[in-house]
Amino acid sequence: MTDATETQAQAATSEKVKTAIMALGMLPVLVILAIGFELMTGKFLSINNLSIVTQQASINIVLAAGMTFVILTGGIDLSVGSVLAASAMAAVSVSLFPDWGMMGIVAGLVIGLLCGLANGSLIAFLGLPPFIVTLGALTAVRGLARLMGDDTTVFNADLPFAFIGNGTLFGIPWLAIFALGTVVVSWFILRRTVLGTWIYAVGGNHEAARLTGIKVSFVLLFVYGMSGLLSGLGGVMSAARLYAANGLQLGQAYELDAIAAVILGGTSFVGGVGSIWGTLIGALIIAVLSNGLILTGVSDIWQYIIKGLVIILAVGLDRYRLKGGART
Amino acid sequence: MSNGQGTPLLEMRNISKTFGPVSALKDVSLTAWPGEVHALMGENGAGKSTLMKVLSGAYVADRGGQILVDGQPIHTGDPKLARECGIAVIYQELSLAPNLTVAENVFLGREPSRSGMVSRKRMFDRTRPVLERLGIDFAPGTLVGRLSLGERQLVEIARAIASEARIIVMDEPTTSLTDRETERLFGVIEALKEHGIAIIYISHRMDEIYRLSDRCSVLRDGGYVGTLDRGDLNAQKLVSMMVGRDLSTFYKKDHVLTDSPRDVVLKVEGFSDGRLVDNCSFEVHEGEVLGISGLVGSGRTELARLIYGADPATSGKVWLDGRDVTPKSPREALANRIAYLTEDRKALGLFLDMSIGQNINMSVLEKDARSGGILNFPAAAQRAKRAIGDLAIKTPSARLTVGALSGGNQQKVLLARLLEAKPRAIILDEPTRGVDVGAKSEIYRLIDELAREGLAIVMISSELPEIIGVADRVLVMRDGHIAGEVRAAPGKPVEQEEIMHLSTGATA
Repeated sequence: MTDATETQAQAATSEKVKTAIMALGMLPVLVILAIGFELMTGKFLSINNLSIVTQQASINIVLAAGMTFVILTGGIDLSVGSVLAASAMAAVSVSLFPDWGMMGIVAGLVIGLLCGLANGSLIAFLGLPPFIVTLGALTAVRGLARLMGDDTTVFNADLPFAFIGNGTLFGIPWLAIFALGTVVVSWFILRRTVLGTWIYAVGGNHEAARLTGIKVSFVLLFVYGMSGLLSGLGGVMSAARLYAANGLQLGQAYELDAIAAVILGGTSFVGGVGSIWGTLIGALIIAVLSNGLILTGVSDIWQYIIKGLVIILAVGLDRYRLKGGART
Repeated sequence: MSNGQGTPLLEMRNISKTFGPVSALKDVSLTAWPGEVHALMGENGAGKSTLMKVLSGAYVADRGGQILVDGQPIHTGDPKLARECGIAVIYQELSLAPNLTVAENVFLGREPSRSGMVSRKRMFDRTRPVLERLGIDFAPGTLVGRLSLGERQLVEIARAIASEARIIVMDEPTTSLTDRETERLFGVIEALKEHGIAIIYISHRMDEIYRLSDRCSVLRDGGYVGTLDRGDLNAQKLVSMMVGRDLSTFYKKDHVLTDSPRDVVLKVEGFSDGRLVDNCSFEVHEGEVLGISGLVGSGRTELARLIYGADPATSGKVWLDGRDVTPKSPREALANRIAYLTEDRKALGLFLDMSIGQNINMSVLEKDARSGGILNFPAAAQRAKRAIGDLAIKTPSARLTVGALSGGNQQKVLLARLLEAKPRAIILDEPTRGVDVGAKSEIYRLIDELAREGLAIVMISSELPEIIGVADRVLVMRDGHIAGEVRAAPGKPVEQEEIMHLSTGATA
């Protein structure tokens, strides 16, 4: 049996290498892009520009973190952009009440959470397919967002929580702090709690999870609730940045960037495999691309084309590299 | 026919295969004559699959190895060439398109066409004689999705024949077949032999080997151990060739039911689901192994799932130690210390992307967790370490992905998870399916030990020698109800025939 043990020792080593590659994931792509843009423009890696990049990335990081929870269970949440718009509308509207302005934050978060829980209930308890439920929510919640402001833009020039969108703490933008905080909390839940292990288990093998006594419905309710809550946070962050919210325009197609970030980060689309750090890097790649292409003066139209192709290429390379390892 | 004159149809000479420093095959040779069934046996990981992958062209053989078809050497590592030489492999995971007809599947990728137009009629006309030759009676226009697993396998064979295969490899073809389908497959194999086709037949089941094979070769740890002719086949000999040691005590039954009546631990009453299970009741005593036998489709697994709360029942109650614990979900069943081992460990049991340790701990994470639901890593590591030792799971580390283990070790991981939940009653559904001989023996030993510790054990099994060897009492299911009970009396062991009579409904 020495061969068998050798084979297994071998497997263990290759497993470690694989894990290391997985952990590293798209980081090299991010570094190469950053260096490339620096060489082309000479101003990409300035403190000032990097601060802009992180601010631009931060809302997508928050949405993508929620999306990571959902995709890890093998689901999808297409409604995040609409939920973000509705939450931002609620946050700005409530902030207009004198003396209760700060409650705008709570209002945004609650609206997001409620939307997420509604999605989650339909998926967890009625067993409806996530794609259909959240596709419906994408449209319905968008309508709701428009309804909240009578289809107009709501402003608050004295937004009491404007510091979130524009202020800094020790020189670090609050937006970035919220984004990083979201990532750390997500990491903690996914890797350090029973619930996190259950999320991976449900995505890895739904039926086995049920037979092992895992509360599958609770897990599903949680991940969609989490995605909604973080969309709500994204709404608050957007509102704080703009001092305003518009139910029609805000958050359009944000779900696509969030999904792209998760997939770039190496999370399996069928669930069960992936990490929040990968998502962080994925979101940063998208932000770096957008910012870098603007700096190089590429036209808006070509930015779209290049961004799309880079995403496909990067994921393609990743799959090729891990062939035989992780599943798609 | 096996020791015929002239050139063998297939000759594999001195095949070795190394992956980096690991050698998966060492100098293995194998011949097959026309019209011969050559059985290939060995524990999981012995190198059978690797050898067949070399044959089908999926792997290149190491330098020095040769494959000859009709005495002509062919290049290894070329799947297209292998197919052209008439080598076909029928895999366990069937590769048919369920939305297409039988004929379309038989000609998939080789549709007979006239200037780009597929002629359905010609396809049907050409499929019919192939089906007839094999004695298959369904129409070429039947949708494959409507066929049973066994029938689909026959379609796969028809496809191989239609592409003029002369050497057909079957890898555990009967694993998911009912007895009737198995019989039908054996009939087809006889027909193939008559047409001079050589069959390499991989199986773990002794009765099939006896029945079908002209010769049987055994591999162990990637090396060739030996070949037995039909006349020399003998279970003890084959098993000891496979495991490299003598297994005089294959089944172990040290737990003895004393005459003094023991307490009923698990009592199941009146279970029905309105479809496949009809009013089933039984009792299991402390320290007893109750076997449930029956043909595939007789409702055994369905009954087990009802008792475990995995599927909704229309009626039925479960008592444990006299307490009504009828579960509405697996979670409730586990909380009441009733555990269930699924028959399909990959689809319904394991989390293949997760580590061995995570898999073992999955059902006790909550129990061990620190406040706030935070994972308790030291406790998990300790459980994993102890379970790996107790169940002799062969792995260098608990952190290894469970998918990297062999079938037997994967099954032990599932058993470990089950036992971590500290059950009082366990239902084992085909606990040794797809498990090699060595691990089988270890699982029997474990069941025996658990019985001695006083657990109530229900074991569902399709293998009659196994159920007779391990269980104290055997219930036989037929068409969703319990058809009868067979138990050993002093000096009179349970006979396979009694069980077969009950399960088929034939009068004894």
